[in-house]
Amino acid sequence: MKRARVSYKGNVYGAIVEDDQLLLESGQTVHESEVTWLPPLEAGTIFALGLNFADHASELAFNAPKEPLVFLKGPNTLIGHNGETPRPTDVTHMHYECELAVVIGRQGRNIGKDEAYDYVAGYTIANDYAFRDYLENYYRPNFRVKNRDNCTPIGPWIIDKDNVPDPMNLALRTYVNGTLEQEGSTKDMIFSVPYLIEYLSSFMTLNEGDIILTGTPKGPTKVNVGDEVVTEIEGIGRLANMIIQEQHAPIS
Amino acid sequence: MKKAKVQLSGIPQAKEMAIDPAKGTLSDGAGALRLDFPLTGNVYGTAMNYKGNLDEFGLSLHEAPYKKPPEAPVLYMKPRNTFTGPETAIAIPDGETEVEIGAALAIVFGRTASKVIEKNALDYVSGYTIVNDISLPHESIHRPAIKEKAQDGFCAAGPWIVNADEVVNPDDLGIRIYINGALRQEHSTSELVRPVGKLIADVTSFMTLYKGDTLLVGLPPGAPRVQSGDEVRIQIDEIGALTNHFVSERSFVKEGNR
Repeated sequence: MKRARVSYKGNVYGAIVEDDQLLLESGQTVHESEVTWLPPLEAGTIFALGLNFADHASELAFNAPKEPLVFLKGPNTLIGHNGETPRPTDVTHMHYECELAVVIGRQGRNIGKDEAYDYVAGYTIANDYAFRDYLENYYRPNFRVKNRDNCTPIGPWIIDKDNVPDPMNLALRTYVNGTLEQEGSTKDMIFSVPYLIEYLSSFMTLNEGDIILTGTPKGPTKVNVGDEVVTEIEGIGRLANMIIQEQHAPIS
Repeated sequence: MKKAKVQLSGIPQAKEMAIDPAKGTLSDGAGALRLDFPLTGNVYGTAMNYKGNLDEFGLSLHEAPYKKPPEAPVLYMKPRNTFTGPETAIAIPDGETEVEIGAALAIVFGRTASKVIEKNALDYVSGYTIVNDISLPHESIHRPAIKEKAQDGFCAAGPWIVNADEVVNPDDLGIRIYINGALRQEHSTSELVRPVGKLIADVTSFMTLYKGDTLLVGLPPGAPRVQSGDEVRIQIDEIGALTNHFVSERSFVKEGNR
């Protein structure tokens, strides 16, 4: 089952998606063209992985890490399917990053690898944009690179765990204006989904609604204002995003 | 007496009450009541925002892996599993003997703040509280310190949120850490690299802080370390004092939390 969160005629609803129809919690059935897609859940803690694919690490001239390189993101970063992501005027290196996002389904601490999937509710797609011009070597990747408003498209929906037989063997693809630009597979992750759940829960409690963005493979390239970026994961769906120019006039 | 937002234990709605920051007492004879974690939103921390932090790193800021001193504010998050209220027991994880105490003035936002300009920044603040930002000791700040800073219970906050208009100058508040009653660290927010208004402007230039979110202004240099059995009190002028005690994880689990 695919579960979404949408806004429709002035209110917000949970919805179940079947083809191009959405069954809203209110009981109404509406066509996808009638809704605005929101991030598919109100996220708890958002974890993200850096350098979790060997090919991407070597592309950035890093050795593969020995321990997961984890960072946290605020909910200000999330934006739903078909949303717009602002590109600051002073950057050159705005990169998309197609990532499998794992949604935690129940609270756990000291979860073993063998039981890790028992704690997963489902999966979605994230595009964890990076603005490499802003990289600094303090708590890197630093917040100015990775915690910007609306710079982590996520969705369109969460697909139930049971509908994804092997999350560690899914093709990841990114298209820019319809051209395939990035391609990889979750089987090439350095630290697998069960490993990450065991690792994180060894020192902190994971809670229902937490999300783990599991890192991106080789191939991020620069994108520009006006580009349509589609990140796609086999068996989950496709997440579209449009790049717009950032407005910087203070409102105060 | 000052007005503060108080989260009484067992009462979901925060109350505005009169408090005495120096004595640590509440009006209305409610002094004996337990208080809960007073924050409702995301908690972001700022590293390297005391001049003494830069001094501690010294010339190494110009060497690998840092290469040059920080330009943008150095930020991190304290996720929700770390939250704990005043007077609670905080577990020192198995395998660790001590933790570091970070005494932070915490800015609580009353309005959504995005691309705020410095001279208007304080208009977005609803109040101030105290956070004990706990870490496993770590020398390198090259990579995000999740394991070091995001363990369960590593963000104690309280005792209350003093209304912004009751704090004369957030950039001139004394901050003291007492361990088992003895003064162990003393600093002032007058030592900040980015004072409160400038910090808010620079952070919100690239990320929104929502109503209810909290931003820690920084952790003074020379953070003291504590062990199981220690009691820690962080006192900030005009706000009050936040007390917690530290126990070993094993005893914490065995005895429970109440």
